[in-house]
Amino acid sequence: MDGQVTRREVLKKGLIGAAGLTVLPTVIAACSSSATPSPTTTTPTVGPVATPVTGPTPTPGLSGKVTVGSNLSDAVPKTALAGAMAVFQALNPGVTVSINTVDHTTFQNQISSYLAATPEDVITWFSGFRMRAFVDQGLFTAIDDVWASGLAALYTDAYKTACTANDGKLYMVPFDTYAWTVYYVPSLWQAKGYSIPKTLDDLKTLAAKMQTDGLVPIGLGDKDGWPAMGHFDIIDLRENGYQFHVDLMAGKEKWTDPKVVDVFTVWKGLLPYYQTGAAGRLWQDAAAGLVAKTTGMMLQPQVVQTFQAAGAAALADLDFFPWPNHGTQYDAEAALDAPIDGYMLTAKSPNLTADETNAKALLAFLGQGSTQVIYAGGDTSLIATANNADTSKYTPLQKKQAEIIASAKKLTQFLDRDTNPGFSGPNGMQGFLIDFLSNPNQDLPTFLAKIQKFWDSLGS
Amino acid sequence: MTRAASSAAPVQPGESGLTGAAVNSTPGRGRFDRFPFNRLPFIGRQRWHLLTRRDKFILSLMVGLPLVIDVALIWGSAIVDFLWSFTDWQGNGAMAGGGVGHRLVGLTNYMQLFDGTYPFFWSAVLHNLFWLAFLMFIATPIGILMAVILDGQIKGMAFYRTVFYLPVVLSLALIGIIWQLQYAPDWGRGFINGVLHTVGYADPNLFGLHVNFIKDIPLVGQWFRDVSRTDWVGGDLAIIPTVIAASWRHVGYICILYLAGLKSFDPALREAAAIDGANSRQTFFQVVFPVMKPINIVIVVITAIEAFRAFDLVYIINYGRSPMELLSTLITNNAISESTRIGFGSAIAVILTLISLIPIVGFLTVTMREEKE
Repeated sequence: MDGQVTRREVLKKGLIGAAGLTVLPTVIAACSSSATPSPTTTTPTVGPVATPVTGPTPTPGLSGKVTVGSNLSDAVPKTALAGAMAVFQALNPGVTVSINTVDHTTFQNQISSYLAATPEDVITWFSGFRMRAFVDQGLFTAIDDVWASGLAALYTDAYKTACTANDGKLYMVPFDTYAWTVYYVPSLWQAKGYSIPKTLDDLKTLAAKMQTDGLVPIGLGDKDGWPAMGHFDIIDLRENGYQFHVDLMAGKEKWTDPKVVDVFTVWKGLLPYYQTGAAGRLWQDAAAGLVAKTTGMMLQPQVVQTFQAAGAAALADLDFFPWPNHGTQYDAEAALDAPIDGYMLTAKSPNLTADETNAKALLAFLGQGSTQVIYAGGDTSLIATANNADTSKYTPLQKKQAEIIASAKKLTQFLDRDTNPGFSGPNGMQGFLIDFLSNPNQDLPTFLAKIQKFWDSLGS
Repeated sequence: MTRAASSAAPVQPGESGLTGAAVNSTPGRGRFDRFPFNRLPFIGRQRWHLLTRRDKFILSLMVGLPLVIDVALIWGSAIVDFLWSFTDWQGNGAMAGGGVGHRLVGLTNYMQLFDGTYPFFWSAVLHNLFWLAFLMFIATPIGILMAVILDGQIKGMAFYRTVFYLPVVLSLALIGIIWQLQYAPDWGRGFINGVLHTVGYADPNLFGLHVNFIKDIPLVGQWFRDVSRTDWVGGDLAIIPTVIAASWRHVGYICILYLAGLKSFDPALREAAAIDGANSRQTFFQVVFPVMKPINIVIVVITAIEAFRAFDLVYIINYGRSPMELLSTLITNNAISESTRIGFGSAIAVILTLISLIPIVGFLTVTMREEKE
């Protein structure tokens, strides 16, 4: 037996190896995330949307390629983007644009390792804290020159601020935006004799009436974790105002503040009218309740997408109104969440040196109102950001969105765009809010103390 | 009985296939274990070699290559992970200094886990332990039972075997989608609630029994309060429907493993037991089960490993969002998500590794001690 590998030793080694397997998921995940997750590369073809373009002019002599990383994985926005890219392609025949579309949530979850490894040249991303956090890590390239070459005049200061990082440089080209408002089906409301609530009390009275009429008053699908955040945002904005909300997100105010207790108390008063089972439902399924006229109203952006899929008749029977006033001094701000999506130039793209000119030309193209209108024409749930966008082709709902956003004195991005991503994630604020929705009668100061303690542990 | 049991044991030491093959490749030297190499003659200064140079090369390649891969991918990562757990590295920039937020923070990450600052940790530990208990005491025994039933002479055996094994062939991603369709809260999408709604089951009046008190049972009562609108994978107890979904696959897995063992079981033993007048229950528990000990141990270890590496299903259902967190999803959501808390996530990974070692090392120790005796 001497000198031989015994069965026992083999077994011992094997089991230690098996123990190592428990670490393996981490390793595998780490490997797979450094590669681009489940890519579906599409090269846009010139489609029917290639309408005559007046805005941007082709840059002569551009050749080579440019790669775009996109999180627009849903059919409607994906097609809309392909349409816009096709126009760029037609204007610059020498440049090959390839789009790598990744599932929206996967893209978001893996953004950090993606940006640090081998990202595409230009990617879709969000403004606010989430943009600045990655800029601070050196993962994006400043594009002040793109702004200087004609974009600056097209945007209000609010947009410029949203695209500026902590170092004072511009990093994003804003592309589209949309408002968090309350959607409803007018024909249902007319049949039942409901009217649009102006105050929080009106909203409660209306919701109670809907309940007696056998409707689900307020629809909610929080399976993705973020929809409930929008509900917190709007109640906090109405109760405590823009400045407090922004400071709370930045950690300058405490979650244990009685003002935050007040927000959750008001929210608790609304929960009896909420759709049950929110945690396991997709927001799209909750919106389907609106289409089916079983749900009365729903605070959620982009509900248009669901109605668009349900057909022209359904889409024609959709309207929205801004969240009602709470009777506080902050009502006058008319503040709401209006997140800005845009395009950014990455820093670690392996082709960046070769593609930089093309990428910047593409960014300049995306910043034009005429380009954004092509996109907003394909996805009518959102609106263009540039002030030279031709709004004459907007749908009535798009026009109304533009008005509500323009009339708001203060705009916020969104809870998870205005704060530390480590704080707002699935095992962070998303989890806390689901806990609150499941157990609204828990002791709020204790609940909020947990949140504050978690924030403090992040050390930001 | 004892003699029969030992004859059924797997490969005896000394009959190992590897050494036999290696020696046989050198012609004219006979079998390794019969070779009197303690009385090996020395002819001049030249020593006898059992293996040719080519044998040595192939052997070292066969052992060395997996070893290098193992060390680099498993042990290397594990050690790096362990080191990261003492930092607050955010995954960008050089490892040694200069990286963003790359500071040594000592045991801070571990402290935050244990003192409840990160409230999701302890609930994840509980969920993992529940997952283990459920698989070990419910799913695995069902799998063994299935195997024993399928081992008998039933008409259409191949069909049943396929049915039970099918979930194992499916990827967990697909299983996640299948079970989401079962559990979705709305009638039009969720099968369970859809059926409950269709049969008009609105109150827990099972078979005319008035069992409304079920609604008042702490925790579980929530499933019966609004029957046919229950949010199966959304409530505080979402982990239970999820582990049931995972068991669907686990049962088939265990079933096939055990069935393979039963196939190699010596039928003479069963006949002997029958002659001695044992009924089928006695035959299983007193003859089959003890003889199957090596398989039983493998199954226990596999179940433990499955419980601690559980990830896919939960991640597909809701990204391990609270209240469905497992240690594995906490690692992912911290270390390789947008939050990029790699140091913190590594600390959870270290703890998960240590927890996983407990059942495995325990069983190894027991097995080896018995083997020695």
